[in-house]
Amino acid sequence: MIQYKPTTEVDFVVIGSGAAGGIMAKELSEAGFSVVVLERGGAGAYGHEQDYSKDELLNIFPTGPADRFMSDIKLQPNTFRRNDKEKALPAKMTLPCVLGGGTVTYGGSSWRHLPYEFNEATHEGSIAGTGFADWPITYEEMEPYYTKGEWELGIAGLRVDSPFFAPMSKPYPVPPLPFKASGTLLKLAGAKLGLTVVPNVAAILSRPYQGRPACIGCGMCSGYGCQVKARSSTAVTMLPIAEATGRCEIRTQCHVHEIAVNDMGRVTGAIYFDTNKNEVFQKAKAVVLAANGMETPRLLLLSKSARFPDGLANSSGLVGKFLMGGNVTHAYALFEHPLNEYKGIVCGAAVLDYVPTDTKRGFYGGGRITGRGLELETPILYGLLGPHGAPNWGAGYKKALREQANHMMYTTCYITQLPLETNRVDLDPELKDAWGIPAMRVTTTSHPNDLKCMEFIRQKSVEILQAAGATTVWSNPIEDARGTPHARGTCRMGNDPKSSVVDKYHSAHDVPNLFIVDGSNFVTGGRNHPAFTIQALAFRAADHLVKAARNGSV
Amino acid sequence: MTRQSRRSFLIDSALGLSSTWVMSNWSGILEAKAFADQAAAGQPPDFAFFTNEEGADIDAMASQVIPTDETPGAHEARCVNFIDYGLTTFLQESQPIYREGLKALQAKTRELAPDAGSFAALSSAQQIQVLTAIEQSSFFTTVRTHTIIGMFASPAHGGNADKVGWKLIGYDDTLEFKPPFGYYDAVNEASK
Repeated sequence: MIQYKPTTEVDFVVIGSGAAGGIMAKELSEAGFSVVVLERGGAGAYGHEQDYSKDELLNIFPTGPADRFMSDIKLQPNTFRRNDKEKALPAKMTLPCVLGGGTVTYGGSSWRHLPYEFNEATHEGSIAGTGFADWPITYEEMEPYYTKGEWELGIAGLRVDSPFFAPMSKPYPVPPLPFKASGTLLKLAGAKLGLTVVPNVAAILSRPYQGRPACIGCGMCSGYGCQVKARSSTAVTMLPIAEATGRCEIRTQCHVHEIAVNDMGRVTGAIYFDTNKNEVFQKAKAVVLAANGMETPRLLLLSKSARFPDGLANSSGLVGKFLMGGNVTHAYALFEHPLNEYKGIVCGAAVLDYVPTDTKRGFYGGGRITGRGLELETPILYGLLGPHGAPNWGAGYKKALREQANHMMYTTCYITQLPLETNRVDLDPELKDAWGIPAMRVTTTSHPNDLKCMEFIRQKSVEILQAAGATTVWSNPIEDARGTPHARGTCRMGNDPKSSVVDKYHSAHDVPNLFIVDGSNFVTGGRNHPAFTIQALAFRAADHLVKAARNGSV
Repeated sequence: MTRQSRRSFLIDSALGLSSTWVMSNWSGILEAKAFADQAAAGQPPDFAFFTNEEGADIDAMASQVIPTDETPGAHEARCVNFIDYGLTTFLQESQPIYREGLKALQAKTRELAPDAGSFAALSSAQQIQVLTAIEQSSFFTTVRTHTIIGMFASPAHGGNADKVGWKLIGYDDTLEFKPPFGYYDAVNEASK
């Protein structure tokens, strides 16, 4: 791998190597530019993925690179409050922190937005008191990049002819993964209730593709590294290509704490702490910031200067605002016969009917109800959660634990979330991280509309599991989200610099050579699972950035 | 919550505090395996943290969390050895909870059965009575959590001896599986 000196002014520094950063690094270095990727996480088992650990205890108590994927709350603390009348208190949020970011361990759901999701304000009208607005781009502009993403990354799915499925210019490159018992049961329920149930679309290979094998069904999936490279993370699809160009250097365990700016208001590079906590300034002609919808705005707010006293690229005052962290509902069920959800992938099937808004319901939005089980049935977690409706220790616990083992599935539905200016990421006024840098503070309370939507989906989920023939169905009261790796909205895209942070090509309005590409650019949240739309945005951003850089206009 | 933050929430609320590895000089896996091998060879391992009396009391507690009935329980799984070894390594932060908790356990035992020598010497019904009385304490919830982790973690960590924990819940630890996975996708055309 090429090694640049920090004093060498490379063409691009890319901050973050995940869903967007990995793609930007690959596209830019393939196009002939010199690139340094700065990733705060470790390398994981990059290049020797067979060493990823499948040990559940080590996953809960990670010891080293083969099992540490999330940030360490002791090194990267953060605070949380519901609104700015409260003092934010220490929270337990962790974010992906490994080369390849969240794509190394995620469940891989990779849905496209439906066409209307780019201009819902035009379709549904504005919603007073919210930042509900159209994106400055259309589905037609995104479609080629969704297709490019599906084929370059390796996404498994099957398009059905339905208004609930986005139009596609090419089919998926590999067929869908197995339905599993949970998907079969959703499908049976769907047949009774007149619902459209389809295989989930996922960034996991079902057949050998581009030199990587198909998923082996090991069941230690979401939260674990993939030993066989069947999960199409940017670490096995994009970064190796970037490295092989001979123009891209990947540096891990680099904690960027400032993007430097000169008197002309142009960025000049990134300042970071290396593994030994030495401060390094990597010079660059341009910076691509792809650190996730939570950390990207934090870094901009940390990058204050005389020219940008409120944070880099923040003349609109909107950096960090309109945070859509992601609300989710669940319902649970037991069945007479074994499901064995603990094998295979996370999610076999999705119900599509509650994706579109139906104004008759009295709220905006909806979501994709997905059938799952795996994430709660790995042995230690299953034992700790305990069986339903039983004591949590003793003879009764043991009996029910044994009877219910492998007989459970549950539904997960991530829903839409209205963008509110008051929901945001900013800097905690007191708490510092292990590098002495102000910690992240999260302020969020969902709009009542979203709580109505969650409750509707919860009830529908219960109905569906009952229709599937469950012997017992239960769910918990809905809970408002607190900020997650699914973060969107915090550097929103728009044509007007007064009401957005980046333009339709991800160029910061205020800073001509700064590009922001990740979930922070979302205008509306979509039906969550933002990773694949982030990836399509990255392919599109890279396409334009390469052209602009070649024209000398960066 | 996403799966990861959900899992962290569950673990933290179950543990009551977050435990971390001691990263630098720990070769715990190899040593835990050595403990497990010693036990498999029929020699009960020496306790690294507990005295023999304490170990017997914790073994008895664990055996009430996951009793032995027609199937093995925490005792056969050697959960006490998992906990003992863990307390010198990745569960170090829990040492004070165990020290204070064992004293409280002995006090509660004397209170409910003044003639008993130790918690371990009580009848099962008496043990359940004592544990029910301390059910809300952080000591009990910690022992419950550690027992369950020891029951279902890989045998390489010193518990789940002979995979009795995994066998109890029908968990097959082979890494490759092909569909159908369960009953419903095996019998239904809907799975195709």
